[in-house]
Amino acid sequence: MKELLKKLTQACGPSGSEQCIREIIKSELPNYETRTDALGNLIVEKKGPKSKIMFSAHMDEIGIIVTHIDKEGFLRFDFIGGVNPFYLPGERVQFQNGTLGVIGVEKLDKIADLQKSNLYIDIGVESKEEAMKLVKIGDTACFTSPFIDLGNRLVSKAMDNRVACALLIKLMQELPETDNHIVAVFTVQEEVGLRGAKTAAYGIDPDYGLAIDVTATGDTPKAMTMDVSLGKGAAIKVKDNSLLAHPYVKDKLVELAEANNIPYQMEVLEFGGTDAGAIHLNREGVPSGVISVPTRYVHSRSEMVDVRDLDAALALAKAFAKVDLK
Amino acid sequence: MDLAELLKSLSEASGVSGYETMPADLIAERWLPMADEVRKDALGNVIAFKKGKGHGKLLLAAHIDEIGLMVKKIDDNGFIRFATVGGFDFRTLVAQEVTVHGREKLRGVIGAKPPHLQSPSEQKKAYEKDEFYIDVGLKKEKVEELVRVGDIITINREVQKLSGNRYAGKSFDDRACVVMLTACLERLTEVHHNLDVYLVATVQEEVGTRGAAVSAYSVNPDLAIAVDVCHGEFPGVRADRGFGLGKGPVISMGPDTHPKILEKLKEVADEAKIPYQLEASTSARGTDAWSIQIARNGVACALVSLPLRYMHTSVETLDLADIKEGGRLLAEFALKADREFVEGLPCF
Amino acid sequence: MFLKELSEARGVSSREHEVRDLIREYITPHVDEVFNDSLGNLYGVKGKDKPGPKVMLAAHMDEVGLMITTIEKNGLLRFQPVGGIDPRVLVSKPVYIGKDKVVGVIGAKAIHLQRPEERTQVLGFDDLYIDIGAVDDDSAKKLVKPGDVATFATSFGEMGDLVVGKAFDDRAGCTALVELTKLEFNCPVYFVFTVQEEVGLRGAGPAAYRVGPDVCLVLEGTTASDVAGTDEEGYSTTVGAGPAVSVMDRSVIAHPKVVGRLFRLAEEHGVPIQNKRTITGGTDAGAISLSREGVPTAPIAVPCRYIHSPVTVMSKSDLEHMIKLVELFVHDIADKGVDFE
Repeated sequence: MKELLKKLTQACGPSGSEQCIREIIKSELPNYETRTDALGNLIVEKKGPKSKIMFSAHMDEIGIIVTHIDKEGFLRFDFIGGVNPFYLPGERVQFQNGTLGVIGVEKLDKIADLQKSNLYIDIGVESKEEAMKLVKIGDTACFTSPFIDLGNRLVSKAMDNRVACALLIKLMQELPETDNHIVAVFTVQEEVGLRGAKTAAYGIDPDYGLAIDVTATGDTPKAMTMDVSLGKGAAIKVKDNSLLAHPYVKDKLVELAEANNIPYQMEVLEFGGTDAGAIHLNREGVPSGVISVPTRYVHSRSEMVDVRDLDAALALAKAFAKVDLK
Repeated sequence: MDLAELLKSLSEASGVSGYETMPADLIAERWLPMADEVRKDALGNVIAFKKGKGHGKLLLAAHIDEIGLMVKKIDDNGFIRFATVGGFDFRTLVAQEVTVHGREKLRGVIGAKPPHLQSPSEQKKAYEKDEFYIDVGLKKEKVEELVRVGDIITINREVQKLSGNRYAGKSFDDRACVVMLTACLERLTEVHHNLDVYLVATVQEEVGTRGAAVSAYSVNPDLAIAVDVCHGEFPGVRADRGFGLGKGPVISMGPDTHPKILEKLKEVADEAKIPYQLEASTSARGTDAWSIQIARNGVACALVSLPLRYMHTSVETLDLADIKEGGRLLAEFALKADREFVEGLPCF
Repeated sequence: MFLKELSEARGVSSREHEVRDLIREYITPHVDEVFNDSLGNLYGVKGKDKPGPKVMLAAHMDEVGLMITTIEKNGLLRFQPVGGIDPRVLVSKPVYIGKDKVVGVIGAKAIHLQRPEERTQVLGFDDLYIDIGAVDDDSAKKLVKPGDVATFATSFGEMGDLVVGKAFDDRAGCTALVELTKLEFNCPVYFVFTVQEEVGLRGAGPAAYRVGPDVCLVLEGTTASDVAGTDEEGYSTTVGAGPAVSVMDRSVIAHPKVVGRLFRLAEEHGVPIQNKRTITGGTDAGAISLSREGVPTAPIAVPCRYIHSPVTVMSKSDLEHMIKLVELFVHDIADKGVDFE
């Protein structure tokens, strides 16, 4: 799991440019026929006569897009997804073609005044012409940050949501025997509005939806009030801004966790959304829920997860995949 | 059960967005004898079908969910910290009684620091979100046995009958309009109406008109009327933003309204001597019409509203006469709008 | 070209009648089928039974405007915006209200009567009134009523190398689409004139659901801020530098292969083209790209200065180049297919 997670998190795939991630995932699932739809969602299926369950994990991460190259070769950019400008000065970025850069900031009287427009990227060239050999307007980049193994806890950029991609890969690699029809979708463009999940759900038309995504925690100094902690198990989502988890699905997840002795915690998130937000509103409505991986420092370069939570989430996902649903 | 009694039992039922079973079952039971078919869909919308003469499919929607609270953490002293489901003015929660729906129903209060212990400057500030908590009178260990993160919390409020036809209570947004739909259905059982009518008590409107989206997809109507509340006039509320109580339902004019449906509603109202008010609206946001209008190939829509004072508080105030007149208006529309009218909707 | 007539035609979101009737008149001789849906979208279909991918080309008919909400006792009118309007562009401008084009002016307190600190305050919608010259509410009600909509009273005109008028967003797109109906293509093409884009991309989603296209281009008028006071990185687009293609905005990530194709065709045929260099704003592409199982889509637009104000400025050559590029695109699709993975 750690090696897989390292490979996935270190790859570069901001919303709209998920091709790298897609290739890695395909290579991890050689025993399956996969297909890619119009927006780039990667779909993997194990057919069956009973309930059709759509599992989803988004491939994209937050990043930046180049909007301008100035006379000296500095790049101006905008955000892809929820990027916090205060995390950026001194940050490093990597483009799809491997070009690396550093984020610099204009002179400011007060750091509190920092805005997106004060930032720029320095790719180490000396002119616009040199810059244009390496990048062009519209190119996207992700933030770089090495994967760190702290034992029980792992740190990297893009744990949101490569951790779920890893779990979904493992689920399909180790899929239990079941008559359920399992569709695993590695979605695109979640960070910019749950977009891939919407069209994927329309095409798949599932009976149930289960998204796997990260959630925040309340277990750090003077944290927000939230009863989710690293190491206490898979988080079963009750609500976020995009979804009120269907009581049947939520209760079923709790039931399965208890029956299988899987550590779990209940999650109430007062902001944010996941693919399930799009899936549950598909066509005539789809009862949906989310298995969340508690994560500290979400949307920073050092997102931290706990392997025990990953194991619990995988166990819970497996249990859900084979359970008899009404 | 007459309309006032229905209003009371719906209002006092607990049905926060995502957990609407109680009021949903109540209304399904009330509609069953009057409709040809009643069903619940995957998200919990209650859909009643009342057959007409087949001139076209009309969807009427009013949402049955209410705003509420949700347990997010139990602190070391047994106090419950909560999140909101739907939009709240926190100032209205101070010193409010609530019910926590855990393994048992627990009575609780949303605490407030007594004035004696506050500094003069503290007293001038409105309470902020993070300061709130619920006291259920139990120690942490006992609370944890009975309550868990994610449990729903509802506001306690009995319906208050005020003078004349006026009532105050919680969740009149939008259960008062579910009552209006019921009044309409009652009238439809007495006449041979042109349109086939689908009455939907929608879920999860308060968190993004979600139930409406999927029910419109499923019913796939030719036209729809969403029924929600609008603001009642009040000092400090601009004339174009607040409407008179007891002056009849409000018909919206704006991007959410198909011009022909607007004209037809005015026509049938004038014929049947139903009082109504008109609202100039610049956007379809904020009601079930927002989702219904763009379902599938698009749906010709209109919005009829019930004037309500103090929206999203536990003392929402209305005039029952507006509910009755609104019900009459919807029924007259279903009665009189005919095949030619429906076929003319795509003609511009 | 119909740009003048379309610019001067009045069609605030949800009241697009005048524009729709004009467009219907223009396109009917050139397409096989014309129809509406119940939201008011206008469709022109050409070559429905031809083989090849189904192409949808879209432009929105509506413009931003104002809606009268109440009539005060003194005969002045209160209003709210329909679509996104910066209230600062409204002061001291004339407007036309309703079907009968009742003339009004948006007045403000004379500067002589203002205290110094008032002069630096923004006049918001709640501070502005339309004056139609009525002496009281009774006489005002003979001319207008709440719910009526008002448009900017701007006449189209030439200005140096450029043109000025209202609503180039998106009458420029509509003009392009009308011109394109005159051409012949080797695949089915759906020319869709949508409603209510400015109030939430409303008409486009249902239109795409109905048409079910294999690929779509959205023809727009977009922001150009290549003016004094803006740093080069904030220009977004430059007037005269050709049609602007968005890679990304708040509503959509344009399909890379559609974008790539447009740039390739532009280069091969010597048509000027530019990137839209900001990612704010949204277009019908947002709704269309997420229809059903997803549609490869990209927005292409004519750069317009002072968008959503009474006086937009654009270049006719950008419009001509946009028409040319879209024509090349559709031929290329008919020839080589959609080819998206």
